[in-house]
Amino acid sequence: MSNTYFEILRPGVNTTIQDKGRNHMYHVGIAVSGAIDQRNYKLSNKLVDNDLGEAVIEFAYQGPLLKLKNGKINFSVTGDIFFKIIRKNSSVEEGICYKNYILDDDEQIDIISTKNTVYGYLSVNGGFELEKVWNSYSTNTKANVGSNNGKKYSLEDKIFIKNSDLQINKEKKISYNKISDNIIRVIKGTNFDFFSSEAKNIFFKHEFSITKLGDRMGIRLNGHKLENIVSTNIKSEGLVRGAIQVPADGNPIIMLSDHGTIGGYPKIGVVISADLDRVGQITPGSIINFKEVSLEEAQNIFKAYTDETNKYLNECN
Amino acid sequence: MIKNISNLGDAAVYCDFGSEVNEKINLSVISYFNSLSKLVEEHKIDGINNITPSYNKLIISFDLSITNYSKIKKIILDLNVDKKININNKKIKIPVCCDDEFGLDFNRLSDKTKLSKEEIIEAYLNEEYFCYMTGFIAGMPFLGDINKDIRCDRLETPRVKVPKGSVGITEQFANIYTFESPGGWNIIGNTPHKVFDPSNFKEPALIKPGDKVNFYQISKEEYLNWNE
Repeated sequence: MSNTYFEILRPGVNTTIQDKGRNHMYHVGIAVSGAIDQRNYKLSNKLVDNDLGEAVIEFAYQGPLLKLKNGKINFSVTGDIFFKIIRKNSSVEEGICYKNYILDDDEQIDIISTKNTVYGYLSVNGGFELEKVWNSYSTNTKANVGSNNGKKYSLEDKIFIKNSDLQINKEKKISYNKISDNIIRVIKGTNFDFFSSEAKNIFFKHEFSITKLGDRMGIRLNGHKLENIVSTNIKSEGLVRGAIQVPADGNPIIMLSDHGTIGGYPKIGVVISADLDRVGQITPGSIINFKEVSLEEAQNIFKAYTDETNKYLNECN
Repeated sequence: MIKNISNLGDAAVYCDFGSEVNEKINLSVISYFNSLSKLVEEHKIDGINNITPSYNKLIISFDLSITNYSKIKKIILDLNVDKKININNKKIKIPVCCDDEFGLDFNRLSDKTKLSKEEIIEAYLNEEYFCYMTGFIAGMPFLGDINKDIRCDRLETPRVKVPKGSVGITEQFANIYTFESPGGWNIIGNTPHKVFDPSNFKEPALIKPGDKVNFYQISKEEYLNWNE
């Protein structure tokens, strides 16, 4: 085992380990977890020459202040992040996302905040000394499963780093274009016809605002109330990432990676796979619009999304 | 049998077995779940991420970069459902302490059912329950059906925190809160028994769909000295 680790000088608001997620556990009530923004998670790994499935540190809003102990590493930060690197001679370097850096013993990474987004990612070449639980490194704080015993990082914790291969000193960069439109594309849900024709119209025509009641489980929205004309409860059934449930109060809730595996509210729609990264990054107070697409359109949009991710990944080759 | 198959978004298949809740329909859901899970375990299908059985639905979520709705739908339509494999018929006994400290909603239940606390407990302990599904939070079993005389709606205002181990009832169902969680079920007691154990890699959830569950009462002293 390596003795290189991050000392946590400030844990940040919600700092966890994430990867592509934990599958085949919904039937026991364990959600998929995994990075909310899967594209940025993959890009951070690629920038430090990791396998794309390697564990990364995910942070939200204010990130951690980390001090490197007993080693030298190659790291990258992705997202729209304001961060600084505090060098040994106390000089402070402004951090730039989508490029890799070398960090020396006793130097620090200060993730000050995300900018107009919620989540960001920090990868280290070689990855972290962690063990997979049900085939994933992801921290699931709801079931207390995964890295760091399923808990977010706090002040006393240490994050051990595997031996980095510093031969790969090659500078890597990606020119990333953040998409900042707030149109979220959805496919009609299995309970779409539970809603009045006025509510259906409102859902696709009116704006909704993102409330402060959001976390890795889901996001609550606020807007015109969506009137249900059949029943405000259904017999509980499975949920998926992106499902939009509408409880009796008429305000939609979008399920994210740590969602309850089953739910009893009618589903008016489901966010398409290609828009999941984006919807998870929208900050409280922002306005969004839903746009209906067909299954076939969603599949084509996903293909374009995958091609674009691959284009970014190829910039690092 | 499946009545209708549709898509739930672009990365899940929604199998509808009807709108009623009963053991027969649920066993049909479970047999589909078991047959599909077996194919996934044997690596005979690519791209399936999760299979979620519930009272009368089965949801199969998949990786859109590997497969798609029409391919998975075809697999389900062509599935040779083996009704014999893996139907759980485990019988599980769960201790419950109904001391006032744990049975938070006896006053409400007595008001609504016109039964005393003792009568409610007796009716509750008298049945063997069938596990319809597990989930919402890790390992939480949805059991049924409880005696008609003690059925009651959810709390008007759900609790922000239901204590871990709480045993709850609502409508025809009973459950066990495996974690502290928000929730609106009527709480009649608490179990010291470990119902979800993440360190048990093979079977983290004690109670699985198809299992049968009996509750038995323990004193507060037994509860406090419970040792597994």
